[in-house]
Amino acid sequence: MSSEALVELVGSSEIIICCGSGGVGKTTVAAALAQHAARTGRRAVVVTIDPAKRLADALGLEGIGNEPVRIEGDFDGELWAVMLDTKSTFDAIVTRYAADGDQAERILGNRFYRNISGALSGTQEYMAMEKLYELRSEGHFDLVVVDTPPTRHALDFIDAPRRLTRFLDHRLYRVITAPTRGVMKAVNAAAQTFIRGVSRVVGSDVFDDAIAFFQAFDGMEEGFKERARHVLDLLNDRHTAFVLVASPRRDTVEEARFFADKLGESGLPVRALIVNRMHPRFGSGRPEAHRERAHTLAGTPLGELYANLADFTLVAAREEEHLEGLADQVAPAPVVRVPFLRSDVHDLAGLDEVGTHLFAG
Amino acid sequence: MDHGRFFGASRVVIVAGKGGVGKTTVSAVMARAAARTGLSSLIVEVEGKSGLASMFDVRPLAYDEMDLAEADGTTGAIRARTLTPDDALLEYLREHGLGRLSKRLVSSGALDMVATAIPGIRDILVLGKVKQLERAARTDHEPDLIVLDAPAAGHAITFLQSARALADAVKVGPINAQATDVLELLTDPSRCQVVLVTLPEETPVNELVDTAFSLEDRVGVSLGPVVVNGLYPTRPGIDADPRAAADEAGTSLRPGEAEQLTEAAEFRRHRTDLQAEQLERLAQRLPLPQLRLPYLFEADLGLAELDALADELLAGIDALPDLEPTAASKDR
Repeated sequence: MSSEALVELVGSSEIIICCGSGGVGKTTVAAALAQHAARTGRRAVVVTIDPAKRLADALGLEGIGNEPVRIEGDFDGELWAVMLDTKSTFDAIVTRYAADGDQAERILGNRFYRNISGALSGTQEYMAMEKLYELRSEGHFDLVVVDTPPTRHALDFIDAPRRLTRFLDHRLYRVITAPTRGVMKAVNAAAQTFIRGVSRVVGSDVFDDAIAFFQAFDGMEEGFKERARHVLDLLNDRHTAFVLVASPRRDTVEEARFFADKLGESGLPVRALIVNRMHPRFGSGRPEAHRERAHTLAGTPLGELYANLADFTLVAAREEEHLEGLADQVAPAPVVRVPFLRSDVHDLAGLDEVGTHLFAG
Repeated sequence: MDHGRFFGASRVVIVAGKGGVGKTTVSAVMARAAARTGLSSLIVEVEGKSGLASMFDVRPLAYDEMDLAEADGTTGAIRARTLTPDDALLEYLREHGLGRLSKRLVSSGALDMVATAIPGIRDILVLGKVKQLERAARTDHEPDLIVLDAPAAGHAITFLQSARALADAVKVGPINAQATDVLELLTDPSRCQVVLVTLPEETPVNELVDTAFSLEDRVGVSLGPVVVNGLYPTRPGIDADPRAAADEAGTSLRPGEAEQLTEAAEFRRHRTDLQAEQLERLAQRLPLPQLRLPYLFEADLGLAELDALADELLAGIDALPDLEPTAASKDR
């Protein structure tokens, strides 16, 4: 039943955003969802975030770049993959919105820009959303599946477009760029104190680079802000679905509940919950009964066998217990369970195995 | 290796690894094991959310230090605190004469802008504060150990690299001084070590190996033993055929039970084999000693479970050769 709902979701959504804490298998799930869509005739692309080369791991591919690469396979549709390169994505937007090649070059060559474009916290989240927008607007894909970055602050990516807009709207930003607009007089005393203070703390060379950057950026804010608004609209679109990925451990379930809360607060409901790495259940016996048998038979091979069965029934029962509240919280979203697999997923066959559990379970 | 010597190797221990491998668990177990050795410790958490509180059954952590476990006879105290970048930035601004402005900086969003405008500043401020804690600990002779529960792997590299990057990018001023001091701490094996954590699974092992070499090459930090978390304890005897074993024990099985026992045994064997394979692969690719912690079937992590894991960790330390930890790159 729950799998049918997931089939329907993957069949009808235009964007799927997989979120969840690190290490729960988001990348694998994202790739498996895209692969299923491709199998069922859709043109699907999965976007993942670089550092760990995890999609390459999951797909058994090396060298996927910032541009979509088509993955060969037995698909009625198409499967593509992109490994997000934060810096190149940022460079591409700068180039797009610059008035001319000169302005683009001034920005791209600025030391401050070079620092922030690759390393800035929050940039990665924003660029993931940006990539999503770009792929969606190109019109080639029916479905874009995004694997969200393992962020420090779980849902930075939702805030990312807003944060950039805030940044560009900020009074201080306008103050810094003011000299080129000839309104330096408008700078109030507090702002001047602030600028002097910051300059003293960070050193004037950093500050000069920053000012040069902001000045070079002048005139591009509107384009950037407009773009951020579009990205935000896309997140709220009814064809965009948020899929929460979790594992059944107590701590990751707690984190998943936090994610679900935050998404709900932003008016973005969880449309499916996928729980990875479930321990299998062996029979319906109670763990206590197995444990007791193990106890009376202690020291015999049968005792060991019961102790082992008790181990796993206990874990399985505890996992279900952890999930109860989370499942209620995301209802009516379907809950799909994926067991521990025989081995780590690093090829299309592995993704198919995940797919079997996701869609036919 | 002697326990005191192990925990005395460096005062700061940074626990790092891929998300979900149990960094917080390992941080807690390290502190618990140190406590049993009579040493006091402070666990520093940098993400503003932590499972530590539920493990120790205390209220959520805060910026001010709090007790997780009090000293008791021969046992050392365990304290903990959060140290989020925003808190660290505010404190830094106060210390640099921008205190009066800091409230308005927060309310106007300017603080966010400062942090956005200076790459790596959040990280360097957190590490700078850790350095300050370490300096204070040297004067006060406590805590004996500062355990930093680091951000997840990808972030851990940028996090620890921030010092070198900023020291290069900003040539003068307090940020440069801060970055230089932090770099000194990170690259001094007698003051700071990184303990990497992984699960005995393929992808986390790959990532640990990459992280280990990146940290050594790009940060120059010294690596302690790696901790492999979540190993199934072996259960000798599960290879037996359930029906034969029942006959032998003079008892009988309920319908269907023979199959359940067999399948459960087969599952454990399979996972245990996979885990052994990964341990071996890790040992081949990374010449660092391994400390192993078992998977706990019985219950979620609480004090009793932490103690059980601390026992395992101490046993693992006993078995370590009595050598200074060697840098992986020397053996490469």
